[in-house]
Amino acid sequence: MNLILFTFIVLLGFTSYYFGRRKAYTIQSTNKRLTALPQFYGYYLAIWCAIPAFIIFSLWAIFEPTIVKLLILSDYSNQGYLDDELNLIYEKTKALSRGQFTGEITPFIEASAEKYLSLRSIAQSSKAVIVLSIIIASVAYAYKKISSNSRTREPVEKFLKAVLFTASLAAILTTVGIVFSLIFQTIDFFKVIPLFDFVFGTHWYPAKAFVRDSSEALDPTMYSDTFGAVPIFAGTFFIAFIAMCVAIPIGLMSGIYLAEYASVKVRQYAKPLIEILAGIPTVVYGFFAALTVGPFLKEIGNSMGLDVSAESALAAGGVMGIMIIPFISSLSDDVITSVPQSLRDGSYAMGATKSETIKKVIFPAALPGIVGSILLGVSRAIGETMIVVMASGLAANLTLNPLESTSTITAQIVVILIGDQAFGDPKTQAAFALGMSLFLVTLCLNIVALRVVKKYREKYE
Amino acid sequence: MIKINSKNVDVYYGKKQALFNINLDIEENQVTALIGPSGCGKSTYLRCLNRMNDVIDICRVKGQIIINDFDINDKSCDVVRLREKIGMVFQKPNPFPKTIYENISYGPTIHGMAQSKNEMDEIVETSLKKAALWEEVKDRLHEPGTGLSGGQQQRLCIARAISVKPEVILMDEPCSALDPIATAQIEELIDELKKDHTIIIVTHSMAQAARVSQNTGFFHLGELIEHGSTDKIFKNPENKKTQDYITGRFG
Repeated sequence: MNLILFTFIVLLGFTSYYFGRRKAYTIQSTNKRLTALPQFYGYYLAIWCAIPAFIIFSLWAIFEPTIVKLLILSDYSNQGYLDDELNLIYEKTKALSRGQFTGEITPFIEASAEKYLSLRSIAQSSKAVIVLSIIIASVAYAYKKISSNSRTREPVEKFLKAVLFTASLAAILTTVGIVFSLIFQTIDFFKVIPLFDFVFGTHWYPAKAFVRDSSEALDPTMYSDTFGAVPIFAGTFFIAFIAMCVAIPIGLMSGIYLAEYASVKVRQYAKPLIEILAGIPTVVYGFFAALTVGPFLKEIGNSMGLDVSAESALAAGGVMGIMIIPFISSLSDDVITSVPQSLRDGSYAMGATKSETIKKVIFPAALPGIVGSILLGVSRAIGETMIVVMASGLAANLTLNPLESTSTITAQIVVILIGDQAFGDPKTQAAFALGMSLFLVTLCLNIVALRVVKKYREKYE
Repeated sequence: MIKINSKNVDVYYGKKQALFNINLDIEENQVTALIGPSGCGKSTYLRCLNRMNDVIDICRVKGQIIINDFDINDKSCDVVRLREKIGMVFQKPNPFPKTIYENISYGPTIHGMAQSKNEMDEIVETSLKKAALWEEVKDRLHEPGTGLSGGQQQRLCIARAISVKPEVILMDEPCSALDPIATAQIEELIDELKKDHTIIIVTHSMAQAARVSQNTGFFHLGELIEHGSTDKIFKNPENKKTQDYITGRFG
C-alpha cells in the first residue's frame, strides 16, 4: 500500500516537473524572457510536490501508531488495568492481527484485533487521500503562480542546499548518538569500578564477572583486580607498534619508489596492485596470520630453540603491518608526487643526485603529509580487531615479549560482547568503557593527523 | 674567448623534433640572450647546456656541446660535476622549503666544498652579497626562504646558484614572475655577475635582451635563425624573420 502510494507520488513529481517545464516553454514562446532556465520551473514544481508529501508522511509516521493505540486502549479504560498490562494487551492485539499470536485468544483481544485492522485500513486510505489531495493542491497552486517573472531558481538552489545540509547533519548526529550511547554505559561502569582501578589496574580478567550469581546484590569489592586495563592497553600499543615497524619502512620505501623511481608504466600497474592489499577483508588477513604466519613463526622459533606460542603478538602485528602498507605507501606516494617539480629541478640543477634530492629536498617537503599518513595508519592499527582475535589470542597477558600472545582493546570488546550478556552488568559495561577509551585514542590521533596535513597544505599556497 | 660551442644539436621529445641543427658559440664572461616566440626551443636549448633534459624521460639530445674542450653529451661526462660548473636559475623562484641559510648551503654541502662551519658561513655570506640580498636577509638567515618576496626569492635562487662558484649561469626567463622594480634589481645583478660568470639568459622581453646582453640568438620553430652581437641583431638584423620579430610584427 505504502509502496504504491510512494510510487504514485514519485510519478506525480515527474509529471509536475514536466508541466512546470512546459509552462516555462509556453511563456518563452510568447517572447517573454524567463528569470531562470525552463528546467528550474520543472524542479520548482517537483519540490512543491515533494515537500508536502514528505511532511505528511513524517507526521503520519509519528502520530498514527499513538492515535491507533489510544483508540484501541480506550475500550479497556476504567477496568483498572495497569500501564504495563495495557501495553501487553496492545502488543497481543497487534500480534493477533498479524496472525503471529500463539497464546490463548480471549474474545476481548479478538475484538480489539479486528478494531485494530479496521483502524489501520481507515488510516491507510485516509493517508492516501490526504497526501494526494494536498500534493495536487500545492502543485496546482504553484503551477498557477509561476509566470515569466516569478523566482524559481533561488528556491530550487535553497532546496538543494537544505538537502545537502540534512545529509551532513545526519552523519554528525549519528556520531553524536554513538558517543552518547558510549558515555552513559561508561559512566555506569565507572560507578561500580573506580576509574583508578580501570586505568592503572594490571589484571584484566572479565571472565571472573561471569561467576557472579545475578540474584546476589552487586558487590564492588569482588571486581577488584578484574577490570585493570593496563595489560590490554599495553597489548594494543605493542601490537600496533609491531605493525608500524613493518608498515612504515616498507610502505614508505615503496611510496618513494612509486613516486620517484618507477616509470609511468610500472607505476600504472604497481599502484593498483598494492592498493589491492587494502581491499582484502581483515578476516582474510586474520586467518592468514593464524593459519600460515603463526605456525610458521612457531616452527622457526622452535628450530632455534625458542619457545614461541602459535598465537603470538608478532604474527598478529606483522600481518597487521602488511595490511597497513598500502595506506602508507599510497598516501605517501600521493604526497611525494604533489611536491612541485620546480623543487626537484632546483635540486638537480645544483648537481644533486636523485637520492640526495629525495633525502634533502623532497622528503622534508613531504614530511608533514607523510606523518599524516603514518598517523592514519596507526589509528587503523589500534582499531583493528579481527587479526588480533584470530592470531594473537584472547588472554590479556602483560608482556613485552613479541613471541607470547597478548590481547588488545578491540579483541576484548569482542570477547565481552559475543554470546549472552545482561545489560547493566559491569562486564558488559566494561566493553563500553573500552570502546570509549578506544574512541578517545583514535580521535586524538585523527585530530593530530588532520592538523599535520593541514599544516602541509598551507606550505605551497 | 668561446666558452660553449654547440655543434649540430638536435633535440627530440618522443618522435617530435624540437631543435634542428643548432650551431651556437657562447662568449666567456658575457651575457648571451636567447629570444624568440613561445615554443621556439630556446628553453630546450638552455636545458641542453646542463643536461637538465635528462630529467624528462622522452627527451633525446643529439650533437655535440663542448664546454672546456669536453663534450658534455659524451658518456663519460659526470652530470653532477657538470651541474656544479653550470648553475641554473628558473622562471619561477623555487627556493627549497628550508631556511635561507640552508638554501644557500645546499650546493656547497652536496659538493663537499666547506670543511667547517666558518667556511660555510663565509660561502653563504659571499653568495648572498653577490646576489645583492645580504643586507635584506642577514638578520633572518634562519627563517624559511619561502617567506621572502618574489624578487627576494629569485635573488635567493641566484645566490644558491652562485654558491658553488659555477663558470656558467643559465637563466630561464628569470624575471617573468617579477614586478618591474624586482626586474631592474635582477638585471643590475646580471651585469655585475658577468665579471665572474658566463651568463645565458632566455627572455621574452626584447627590451630586457637589449639592456642586459652583449650577444643575442634568435630562435624560431626550433631553429636558430640568427645570432650575433646584440647591437647588430637589434639595429641591423640580416634575416627578415628576425627583423619582423624584433619590430613586433609577429611573436
